[in-house]
Amino acid sequence: MKAPSRAALLTASAPLIAVALALLAGAGFIAAIGEDPLAIYALMARETLGTGYGIGQTLFKATPLVFCGLSVGLGFRAGLFNIGVEGQLTVAAFAAALVGAALAHLPAIALLPLTLATAIATGALWGAVPGVLKARFGSHEVINTIMLNFIAAALVSYLGRGVFEPATVRTAEIGAGATLPRLDLLWPVLRGSPANLALPIALAVAALVGVLLFRTRLGFELRALGLNAPAAEYGGIPIGATQVKAMALSGAIAGLAGMNFVLGYKHFFELGFSAGVGFIGIAVALLGRNHPVGITIAALFFGGLLYGGLAINERVPKELVEVLLAIVILLAISVQQVIERIARKMAA
Amino acid sequence: MDALLFVAAALRISVPYTLAALGATFSERGGVINIALEGMMLSGALGYVLGAHATGNPWIGLAAALAAGLATGLIHALVTVRFRADQITSGLGINLLAAGLTKFILTQVFHSSSNSTRVVGMPGWRLAGLENLPALGSVLATPLVLMTVALVLVGQAALFRSVFGLRLRSVGERPEAAATLGLPVTFYRYAGVLISGALAALGGAWLASEQHSFTDGMTNGRGYIAIAAMIVGKWSPLGAAAACLLFGAAEALQITLQGSAFPTELLQTLPYVVTMLALAGFIGRAIPPRALGTPYDPEHAG
Repeated sequence: MKAPSRAALLTASAPLIAVALALLAGAGFIAAIGEDPLAIYALMARETLGTGYGIGQTLFKATPLVFCGLSVGLGFRAGLFNIGVEGQLTVAAFAAALVGAALAHLPAIALLPLTLATAIATGALWGAVPGVLKARFGSHEVINTIMLNFIAAALVSYLGRGVFEPATVRTAEIGAGATLPRLDLLWPVLRGSPANLALPIALAVAALVGVLLFRTRLGFELRALGLNAPAAEYGGIPIGATQVKAMALSGAIAGLAGMNFVLGYKHFFELGFSAGVGFIGIAVALLGRNHPVGITIAALFFGGLLYGGLAINERVPKELVEVLLAIVILLAISVQQVIERIARKMAA
Repeated sequence: MDALLFVAAALRISVPYTLAALGATFSERGGVINIALEGMMLSGALGYVLGAHATGNPWIGLAAALAAGLATGLIHALVTVRFRADQITSGLGINLLAAGLTKFILTQVFHSSSNSTRVVGMPGWRLAGLENLPALGSVLATPLVLMTVALVLVGQAALFRSVFGLRLRSVGERPEAAATLGLPVTFYRYAGVLISGALAALGGAWLASEQHSFTDGMTNGRGYIAIAAMIVGKWSPLGAAAACLLFGAAEALQITLQGSAFPTELLQTLPYVVTMLALAGFIGRAIPPRALGTPYDPEHAG
């Protein structure tokens, strides 16, 4: 009786082991350039958690990661690997920014829901494409989502020719009614940080995804598809339709990832604003084990790393954080395999 | 003459794609998905620049690029073959690692996170008057171009006409059956991934040599285009090379049309659209190796 529970505990600890090993590797890099790893990590912790401003910045960086992690995690639950978050959030943010600017005269009560709905719908549409291709032609969503990332970038830069502000790669400002207020209005302690109402929206979406996955019929169907597609089909779940729904949902959530920047921070869309956040979402989902709670925690952790990297940039190049993220990904999947093998042996 | 210049430009552009895509056929024919091409090319580019910067010798740059590519390939092989972790995730992780680590090293060696200083490029060759051909001469007489053509032919023969190729493919189709025949599955999978790392790095070295420097993120998605070409080319070296030429021609056309009213951004999407059509079965069916993406676990074999 004891062995399986210990095995389960061991399996659950895999992400923590991966993070610890990655920080150790990072310490090696820091030492290699002649800095003191402990001092750098302490500085990072102080800058991110030690001040209200640092916490606000961490929350700001974490917000899009929650959306991206949820998007990838929901896909994983359904057995689909959505690498297309970057493209989905790009087209969605672009469309939302255009709507927010074009209808700038509308009051917030109409404009904000309209802008958010545009982002959700555009993301869902862009995400549904690889779902349809998979359901209809059996073509693998990984390659298709990668291709669609590039197509999204090209499409937005083409359409942008007509709508970007002169001599820039950004759209006009959205109306005041579409903006998301900053959190420091509510909590003065966060003063100066760009954390905004997109964060509570992200947390609400995380809760919704939890309910959807574990409390609804659709969620059950998604998970059944992910666990064992042939069995799900035998059980009467329409595979193709469920794949399309999963990809559309994943895209819809990804579509909201840009709102932190567009509605809550700069109030316009700018080419390249997302800086690869869609890919970091994969690490977030991995570390969060595709569970909304885990994803939220992982997003906060990575948000802290991203801001912490900027805070130490004078002593250690901020690229260290990118390296750390990559090592976390590679270790998380390797450690997971090793531990699962050990756990199997313990249970046997 | 203009047509010849266009062909020369298309050839030149398709070289790094071809090298990376050729390598990918080996990795994937052996059963290991290689989304890591982008990172392998980037490592190769930095390797070349570091080697050439330290010694002033382009050949040492090339050797350093190979070493960097092999090292990157080794990480992918360790994670996917040794630890049997997800191959797609590993590839993405490696791309992120290469993007971050190359910038990190750049700041340490060249004190800039965006570009290196100028380094020597690969020299031209004088070869049976080849270099005197109008327009094409300067491309054809370049060592890496000739090497690329040779490597594609050798690669095609190696994959489909040699014992090594037969065994590599069997490991990518039915690893359990291959193991039953006494083939070391793990060895062949390592070999496929390492060949892929080396060739992708050569592609990166070509980019760095052409540009005489390393710039942050200089591969600019070329690794992903190379994967696309490999798929469109149906996992065969000749097919992949043909797809790379097509993509290279599209890019050359795009450069020619730059500044005109023509929407070059849309032309830029050609490789991606063609690949999606190929995957959906509109351009003949592209069938991946049967065991592609499946880790081989000897304990669970049979």
